[in-house]
Amino acid sequence: MASQTQDPALTRLADPTVADTDRSRRRRQQHYRWRELRPALLFLSPWLVGFTVFTAWPVLYSGYLSLTDYDVLTDAQWIGLDNYERMLEDPKVRLSLWNTVVYTVIQVPAYVAVSLGLALLLNRAKRASGFFRTVFFLPNMTPPVATGVLLLLLFNGQNGLVNTVLGWVGIEGPNWTTDPDWIKPGLVMMSLLSVGGSVIILLAALRNVPQELHDAARVDGAGSWRRTWHVTVPMISGALFFVFIVNTIAALQSFTEAYTAFFGVGNTTYSNDAALFYVIHLFRQAFESLNMGYASAMAWVLFVVIMVITAIQVTVSRRFVFYEGDQR
Amino acid sequence: MSAVAERQGTEQQGTEKQAAERRRRRLPGVGTVVVTTVLLALSVLFLYPFVWLVSASFKPRGEVFDNRLIPRTPTFENYINVWQEAPMLLWLGNTVLVTVLAAVAVTISSSMVAWGFAYYRFPGRNALFALVLGSMMLPGAVTMIPVFLIWNSLGQVDTLTPLWAGNLFGSAFYIFLLRQFFLGLPRELFDAAKVDGAGHWTMFTRIALPLCKPALIVTLLFEFQATWTDLMRPLIYLRDSANFTVPRGLKALLDRYGFGGEWHWEIIVTASVITTLPMIILFFVGQRHFVEGIATTGSKG
Repeated sequence: MASQTQDPALTRLADPTVADTDRSRRRRQQHYRWRELRPALLFLSPWLVGFTVFTAWPVLYSGYLSLTDYDVLTDAQWIGLDNYERMLEDPKVRLSLWNTVVYTVIQVPAYVAVSLGLALLLNRAKRASGFFRTVFFLPNMTPPVATGVLLLLLFNGQNGLVNTVLGWVGIEGPNWTTDPDWIKPGLVMMSLLSVGGSVIILLAALRNVPQELHDAARVDGAGSWRRTWHVTVPMISGALFFVFIVNTIAALQSFTEAYTAFFGVGNTTYSNDAALFYVIHLFRQAFESLNMGYASAMAWVLFVVIMVITAIQVTVSRRFVFYEGDQR
Repeated sequence: MSAVAERQGTEQQGTEKQAAERRRRRLPGVGTVVVTTVLLALSVLFLYPFVWLVSASFKPRGEVFDNRLIPRTPTFENYINVWQEAPMLLWLGNTVLVTVLAAVAVTISSSMVAWGFAYYRFPGRNALFALVLGSMMLPGAVTMIPVFLIWNSLGQVDTLTPLWAGNLFGSAFYIFLLRQFFLGLPRELFDAAKVDGAGHWTMFTRIALPLCKPALIVTLLFEFQATWTDLMRPLIYLRDSANFTVPRGLKALLDRYGFGGEWHWEIIVTASVITTLPMIILFFVGQRHFVEGIATTGSKG
């Protein structure tokens, strides 16, 4: 549906490789109407105000704060790049960055693979696919706090459900919630429960793969597996890449599930260093220790990291992602 | 062979083929059976945690971990206890208030902005829309602290206002989503309305909005879910437990009846069910719209 309603301006934004010829640009500019500016601005006014107050100014102010020492109660003290230098030596920053990267590197491929697997299965389920789609999407509605609680219960080392099931097949499960080596795998598995959204996106893409391509591959003697790998997956690579990139950005900002399960008032029993994600450390610096300047510097580093990783992913994806529109 | 006979022959072949096709359709193939079985097994895996959670909320304290699906001694006591231990009704009320305001505010403002971008061709449109898209990339952590300082200076910390009032100014994601829908409407419709003397506002409220009802419902549902399940902003802005939303309250219960002292899993489990249940109901009410909305979100572009 969206591809029909797509306008050229957006296609160009999403895909700079589409040639923007001088003639089409001139035609578009002629299309602009000054007399439409006034009514348009009236409709845009909520966003114009909101963007200025809640995005543009905060971005600038956060940049300024990152160069200060600020605790809300007293005035901000200009300290230059000290916060950034301090970050380099802060073991907690290093640890939380490491935790976040490790989690992202395990979680994203697992998440995308499971989404793809489920979507492929659902695509073959024919009549019952509506029912299964509902089932797999349902856990997506769980508030992340409740997911954090479920993690503590299901992955409890002594009597949690996961270890009980493992016990049936003679495996002694680890202490998922207290053993630093097993905290991240537990968090990853918990996060897989919410693949439903990605499954629906991939399923929608699968439904758009033209049947003729399959038939042609079948005539050429390609079996079911080869058709999947060489026809289906390349045809949905655009949606697959979307799921991949959105999930990477989300994983790098993980907060709620881990914070619920491993941090909070009076939590002294858990060795929660393994769950200290970057945004958790940032949040605690800002709102528990009131180091607003330092937390702002951390936020900017996160911003840069996300931009760099996204840029790398986009560059690499150019070689693998196939968009139907490119051919035209 | 005469031409008539030949035609009859092919016709007969045709019906035989159709019959075979029909038979094939009626009997599911081996592949379908295998796929369905695998999906059924996975469904159990996906749903079991919730069934288990609900079942645990009806178990007395000592039995929470016994992994039975049907409690040995079912009890409704946990729900009564939670109600007495925590101002659940108040928290639910706060959450409903915030989520309704947040969803309505973001739908009204985002649809206005989306319409502004979709219908009018004014100079600078593409540059401004690029800013909308660009702001989606910005991690929340960057604006989190200054936005807190804004609400703090307005004296709105420890009130529910910061949890929804920002939505009055639209949200990039929904602006993008709704604009896609508005672009799909035929321009002639609005030209005709203009000839009939409709003003800008009438065109928007009387023609564009009613035609985009499905997209508006998607926006409402998405934002309702996002606000209901949010923990970070309530953690930042709410201090007094009388102002808590349900997820914030659940976190407080976990701190009090978990980490803070003796574990009372039955209370935490029951509060988790109360937090989750409204979302499950919302899903069943708006299922079709959720699925359509998500499918549209992921399409190219």
